[in-house]
Amino acid sequence: MSVTLSTAHSVVEPSRLAKRSAGFIVILYALISMAPLFWIFATGWKTPPDSISYPPKIVFDPSLEGYCNLFTTRTRQTADYIQALGPPQGTCDEVTRRREMVIAGASNYAPRFVNSLIIAFGSTFLAVTLGVFSAYAFSRFKIPLADDLLFFILSTRMMPPIAVAIPIYLMYRELGLSDTALGMILLYTAVNVSLAVWLLKGFIDEIPKEYEEAAMIDGYTRLHAFFKVVLPQAATGIAATAIFCLIFAWNEFAFAVLLTSGEAQTAPPFIPTIIGEGGMDWPAVGAGTTLFLIPILVFTMLLRKHLLRGITFGAVRK
Amino acid sequence: MSSLDALATRAVKATPPALNKAVRGLSDKTIAWIFIAPTIILLLAINIFPLIWTIYLSFTNYAANRPNRPIMNVGLRWYRDILGSPEVWAAMQATAHFVFWTIFFQTLIGFGLAYLIDRKFKGHAFWTTIILIPMMLSPAVVGNFWKFLYQPQIGLFNYAVSFFTGIEPSSFEMLGSVTLAPWAIVIVDTWMWTPYVMLICLAGLRSIPAYIYEAAEVDRASNWRQFWSITLPMALPFIMLAVLFRGIENFKMFDMVVLLTGGGPGSTTELASITLKRQAFEAYRTGYSSAFAIILFVAVFGLANIYVRTLNRVKQR
Repeated sequence: MSVTLSTAHSVVEPSRLAKRSAGFIVILYALISMAPLFWIFATGWKTPPDSISYPPKIVFDPSLEGYCNLFTTRTRQTADYIQALGPPQGTCDEVTRRREMVIAGASNYAPRFVNSLIIAFGSTFLAVTLGVFSAYAFSRFKIPLADDLLFFILSTRMMPPIAVAIPIYLMYRELGLSDTALGMILLYTAVNVSLAVWLLKGFIDEIPKEYEEAAMIDGYTRLHAFFKVVLPQAATGIAATAIFCLIFAWNEFAFAVLLTSGEAQTAPPFIPTIIGEGGMDWPAVGAGTTLFLIPILVFTMLLRKHLLRGITFGAVRK
Repeated sequence: MSSLDALATRAVKATPPALNKAVRGLSDKTIAWIFIAPTIILLLAINIFPLIWTIYLSFTNYAANRPNRPIMNVGLRWYRDILGSPEVWAAMQATAHFVFWTIFFQTLIGFGLAYLIDRKFKGHAFWTTIILIPMMLSPAVVGNFWKFLYQPQIGLFNYAVSFFTGIEPSSFEMLGSVTLAPWAIVIVDTWMWTPYVMLICLAGLRSIPAYIYEAAEVDRASNWRQFWSITLPMALPFIMLAVLFRGIENFKMFDMVVLLTGGGPGSTTELASITLKRQAFEAYRTGYSSAFAIILFVAVFGLANIYVRTLNRVKQR
């Protein structure tokens, strides 16, 4: 009888063929799933006629028209008028004039993007600050009705945003907070603080109490120990929580569209209103979408390790 | 030096509690309340007070666009109207269709992907990160650009379908057709959120220790048997958690669908939140929509509670 030596591996390790086939299917899915994003990215570099060509153009001549249109408002003028204006100032001017149009001013995209930055970062800062204090208290102290309080904090997220918006709309109208950055920051903070408390409590639970107890025995007050001992150790958790809160506030639409109109409007309600000459200006929308996605893509990469915890409210940890 | 420290510590410990506070700073109890108070105050102001106000409004005839009209109590009129309204039931049906099918496909594909990624092929971490990208995007922006992709003539979706199946691209319209539009929104949501389910299922799969599989191999259990007796049952709590979160989110769904179809064609994709928005912010029937909001909240809260109880039972098995 012959004895065959099998390739030594753990009995639970999948075979090479299984691994290859699994990899093939997953990579295929990843590529298909990326296709819409590539398409919208590519559309940002097409000219308007190219973007609505039939059949859709996969190979095309790139142009800056999408990005230029995104940041400017233009008017159509006669060729003579354009001639009389003198030489174009800058690439966007050139590009626009080739379409027999003239730049009339800046569009609202940049201000909306800035509003998004202010409101998202502002509410994130507030939510994380409130969250880390509350999470520490829930973690270290015996709060009466702690479980109920925590569940109440979580259940505030179960209401449909529109439902929450009805009384908030009335309330803000009374208080003069309608269409203000402060109003939006307060609202987003209130929504985010529940996520922040749940996540940060999980992170702080993992910091051994012994450190701050040792510090307090050495004469630190509780407050002092919190700032000097616990916070530095919670830094990664705080960063991860901050990014999740940021992503929510950055992507939010329902409250933004219902409670703001001009002053405090963020990018998500604005992007679908970018109209060109014959309907939506798809290259400009593509450009605006791409620019809007970049911070999120950066944050996703930074957040890889904590992603699972963040999306399940800290319920699932690796 | 250390004997002085020891002396100081003993002195501190010997001082009576009241004096102790002054010596050692704020007491723990005070700190606990100071730390929690701002959060609770904010939540009371922006979540609880408005909720109570909504409950109050649901019993009145208040209309937000006529704030100076005298407010009348209408009792349970709105609740009766809503529970008997065919329009509301159509919206709940559209929502149920959406929630069911999105959960179905996302769980199927998400778990499948997680299972394949758990085979740990080369580069799986990189490709996992790539797959995660759609779920980090703004649902509103996604709804907006999928409208572009779904255009019959110029859109990538119809073109891709025709490329693989030979159907004429302009022969069907995802967003304009009464039969296809509900599936159009299911497809986009599945595209966005399958990675979410995948991530949770992956955590579940990774939590199964290898020795269980090794023991099963020793007992000569087939791969199929291992999957049904080990993999699925142990991953089940995680799958259920994913289903819970997706269920709650999709019940509340608004931005993606409103930008993709606006609730149309007609009202075939008008989900509960979209009806609510129309009644509250276009028809300004504040009392009516407050009642609807309360009903929706109670529904989600109730269903979530039942579900979590079941989930806890599954976890204990």
